[in-house]
Amino acid sequence: MLEVRNICVNYGAIKALHGVNLRVEQGEIVTLIGCNGAGKTTTLRAISGLLRPASGEIVYRGERIDTVAPHEIVRRGLVQAPEGRGIFSNMSVEENLDLGGFVRHDREGLAKDRERALSLFPRLRERLSQSAGTLSGGEQQMLAIARALLARPSLLLLDEPSLGLAPQIVQVIFNIIREINASGTTILLVEQNAHMALKVAKRAYVLEVGKVVMEGPAAELAASEEVQDAYMGRRKTTA
Amino acid sequence: MAISTADGPTASKGWLSRWVPVVLIIAAAVIAHTVLRQYMGAFVSKIVLDVGINVVLAVSLTLVNGFTGQFSIGHAAFMAVGGYTAASITYYVSMVVFGGPEPVAGALSTMISGRENVPLFAKGDAIFAGSLVVGGLAAAGCGFLVGLPSLRLKGDYLAIVTLGFGEIFRVLIQQTADVAYYVEDVKDAPLVGVMQVFSSPRAEWEAPIWARLGGPVGFTGIPTYNSLFWTLLVTGLTLLVAYRLKRSTHGRAMLSIREDEVASESMGVNTTRYKVRAFVIAAFFAGVAGALFAHTTGVTLKANELAFAKSFDIIIMVVLGGLGSISGASLAAVILTMLPELLRKPEQLVAMWPWAAGVVVVGVVCTLLAKNKIGGGAVARAGGLGMGLGGAALVLAGLGAIAMRAGLDLSQYRMVLYALALILMMILRPSGIMGVRELWERAFWRGGR
Repeated sequence: MLEVRNICVNYGAIKALHGVNLRVEQGEIVTLIGCNGAGKTTTLRAISGLLRPASGEIVYRGERIDTVAPHEIVRRGLVQAPEGRGIFSNMSVEENLDLGGFVRHDREGLAKDRERALSLFPRLRERLSQSAGTLSGGEQQMLAIARALLARPSLLLLDEPSLGLAPQIVQVIFNIIREINASGTTILLVEQNAHMALKVAKRAYVLEVGKVVMEGPAAELAASEEVQDAYMGRRKTTA
Repeated sequence: MAISTADGPTASKGWLSRWVPVVLIIAAAVIAHTVLRQYMGAFVSKIVLDVGINVVLAVSLTLVNGFTGQFSIGHAAFMAVGGYTAASITYYVSMVVFGGPEPVAGALSTMISGRENVPLFAKGDAIFAGSLVVGGLAAAGCGFLVGLPSLRLKGDYLAIVTLGFGEIFRVLIQQTADVAYYVEDVKDAPLVGVMQVFSSPRAEWEAPIWARLGGPVGFTGIPTYNSLFWTLLVTGLTLLVAYRLKRSTHGRAMLSIREDEVASESMGVNTTRYKVRAFVIAAFFAGVAGALFAHTTGVTLKANELAFAKSFDIIIMVVLGGLGSISGASLAAVILTMLPELLRKPEQLVAMWPWAAGVVVVGVVCTLLAKNKIGGGAVARAGGLGMGLGGAALVLAGLGAIAMRAGLDLSQYRMVLYALALILMMILRPSGIMGVRELWERAFWRGGR
């Protein structure tokens, strides 16, 4: 469904990505894990068109999208819930959700999807008229995901949905991510919380300083020593 | 400019709700002009004209600086473009059709009262109405040319480019020849030594257009068609369009850009297109405001009056009113237009102290009640509002008293007072009087959140 071939992205003179390759198949949850500054967000932004790769190709459903404008990419069903939640904090929850469906013109379908999103996140229904900036961190993350869902994504890009949230809320969010995937939406999940990400994902990529250093089925990676040491906080036993 | 709200969430109520407000605005403008004007007197109705034009300017700038969060600091330039375009049209077309630049105005398009046996509409009014539209379109065209390159970039480029555009337009106009139009009694006036006066109306008409704009002296001889009717009509329509825009999907897309441009783009909003759209619509209304201004009795259209200082006046209105609030910008425009007139008469300022003191007392009582848990949040907010507004009025009354004692002309210190008001505002209420919300949307009126 999505194939990223050997992309390089530069911020001025600084090279952020040197030749990243990844692939997402229909129906999967694929996760991209790595530390701060490894290039995870940069990769997502290149896919959603917010950054232009200096070289390489991004192919989505058989078409190259690396020169397509970001708002056009959204129309093709590739939707990102931006990092740091990116909600419109001076608008009400309802207005935020309305903007999620900005690219759509099928009113009935939109109303149905809105209902579905609100049943996934009942907390948001209670807060519809509240200004989004007054929501808690977890609720803001829920809003960001619900809003992205209203654009009816075929492929949903999630950028660090666990960022800054309490463990219980993270659990809730990940359950919902699973549920969204089960109803047919493909997901590319960027996470620092490797533990949770590898649990829900089918396949995983490990990114280190702008390069994919490991890839494979999520369960295998979760079991590997390197990943456990570097990303899952296993304490090294000294001999 | 196609501002269709057809696909907006609120616009599906059919043609009735779409056109009734327009009819009401026209009716209100006609009634104000024909009935209320008699009770206003010449001075007050001239102030109302100024207020209306400034409301149009402030509300249109709100679309750019408030809705999309871009920063344009050259709004008066679009006013100038519209003014000069419309003035040239009415002037030249009047010369061709009527053989002279005097207005051929109906009862709705004149501020001169006591004329009898004139129809509501005359031929000249059609020319004027056309010039308003063309003036607006010319300004919108300039807005597109200025906006497209600078709004594609992120950052403060728009501020620099709009400032530059305003200055270039002003300098260009001022470089044209300073001429006055032909009038018998001007021929012997001392001005003749300073500037060129056409020898006859014919010679004047045959001169090229750049010889007509008047350079630093100003465009003289513009027929005066502007009236309470036209100004209120344009003000009402501007408010209606701005409000409908804000409630529509398009307006929400504009507001989302200001909130978070990246998130807006990830929702599928073509941010460049919406920024340019807002900018072009704003330029259009500024152009219409300029066209109204140019045709007002007692106004000589001068480019240096529509320079940066005027742009800054409009920005102050938008910022004080609350970035993104249509009613806030209008309120600020009304207050800031009337303030210099009040400042000119300190005895009027002093006369308002009992009212101001009364409002403060009510505010204090409300606050005390709320402190003692009598009444809800609405009472507390009413208290705050009363103390704020009443306090401000008391300060003004005090200033008036000092000015009367010292014999100062307070209106000379207008800019100092504005600066102080802006500084106080930034400290006490950085989001402006209204923030992004409208008067009627404040939780205050609904009795709490």
